Amino acid sequence: MKELSTSHLLGIKDLTKNDIQIIFSTADSFKEVINRPIKKVPTLRDVTIANLFFENSTRTKLSFELAQKRLSADIINFSASSSSLNKGETLVDTANNILSMKVDMLIMRHPHSGAASFLANKTKTVIINAGDGTHEHPTQALLDTFSIREKLGSIKEKKVVLIGDIKHSRVALSNIFALQKLGAEVMVCGPTTLIPKYMSELGVKISHNIEKALKWCDVANMLRIQLERQQIQYFPSLREYTHQFQLNKTLLDKVDKPITILHPGPINRGVEITSEIADSEHSIILNQVENGVAVRMAIIYLLAGSINRV
Amino acid sequence: MKSTEILNSLQVSLTIKRLCHQLIENHHNFSKSVLIGLQPNGIFLANRLKSNLEISIQDEVQTGSLDITFFRDDFRRKEKPLIPSVTNIDFSIENKKVILVDDVFFTGRTVRSALDAIMTFGRPLSVEFLTLIERRFVQNIPIKADYIGKSIDTIKEEKVSVLWKETNGKDQILLYSPT
Repeated sequence: MKELSTSHLLGIKDLTKNDIQIIFSTADSFKEVINRPIKKVPTLRDVTIANLFFENSTRTKLSFELAQKRLSADIINFSASSSSLNKGETLVDTANNILSMKVDMLIMRHPHSGAASFLANKTKTVIINAGDGTHEHPTQALLDTFSIREKLGSIKEKKVVLIGDIKHSRVALSNIFALQKLGAEVMVCGPTTLIPKYMSELGVKISHNIEKALKWCDVANMLRIQLERQQIQYFPSLREYTHQFQLNKTLLDKVDKPITILHPGPINRGVEITSEIADSEHSIILNQVENGVAVRMAIIYLLAGSINRV
Repeated sequence: MKSTEILNSLQVSLTIKRLCHQLIENHHNFSKSVLIGLQPNGIFLANRLKSNLEISIQDEVQTGSLDITFFRDDFRRKEKPLIPSVTNIDFSIENKKVILVDDVFFTGRTVRSALDAIMTFGRPLSVEFLTLIERRFVQNIPIKADYIGKSIDTIKEEKVSVLWKETNGKDQILLYSPT
């Protein structure tokens, strides 16, 4: 089968293993395209895409925008701070108004979990979820797993640990689904308060000791502490968190094996990871950003194939 | 569909040899020329030309493969999405004489897409097109081949199938006609 099983990208949970493999092989082609002297292809010249960002974003927004431009799509951008949402318009009305201007696809980031699938049910268009609350961030998980595959050759039977604020991280949930579908073993590691109870039901290992977790894994994906989503205090102080869960050279020296290090960004240098490790040869943080454009081009390309066939 | 043989294994090999001689007449030692096979089927022919040419000129012939999927004009006009193949051009085409290679020249739309695609790698000195089989009088676009293995007259409903030793065990070119 060389066709996606879905017409939206709402979360990794809805994708099959085959879907992910199609996205990866298409992304391989786009990675080659964006390394040409002329990095643009004319494929989507008759497609219009709206980027709806109801929550702040730098990397994801730029990456999506660049992916769309490289595909020659027309784009319009929307951010919540400067919109009619402040005047009381509902999400569905906002979306339908944008769609009336003959827009073919919506990329949406929203602070509320489930917003993307809500909109997919209420509107007739292709939706790509660019992060919904603490639920899913599918494109991030796809680019993370694509980058691991690129570095290690495959995902199957690899041991991957997600370290940090699992509770508030949509990256964590999407990564767990993607890694499991591709046959990896997953562990989450962090303070007890930042690992939700349901984690054990997802079939992932749980650890509260970073040293043990690192000894177990091949790949460590470091997550940021999402202070902006924390209404109460989950740990005594940032200093104490850093003391217990920071990835640093002393810790890696104790482990004594190469561990591939990922970080979805933005990095808080000196908190979850030291500069020395973030910039080391085992870190593929900047490869993730490069691959993000190729993976997003692949997703947009594959989903655009199904809109209003001419 | 009934099938008739257009070229057998020996004829394919003779035709490729003739095409190589024609190429050498125009490109001499290939120091400024490169072969680019069009994915998916043109690469077999490009590789066959490369090995024949290298025996004749006793030098390396730079050969790459080009996928034209993202430059096609039928995106969103087919039932199934178009899935790309691999592009592999690990040399510069700037100021080179590029020879695009494909097995069958039909509507001309693939070649048009290939012309757009190859230009994203730089500015070649010239671009030529070589095909093993030209289907005459069916081009949709004003494009002509510079080197032709064999020209055949077909109707649109017919299908030309090129089989290669590498994938099918023997070289053979068949024409399928509706019964």
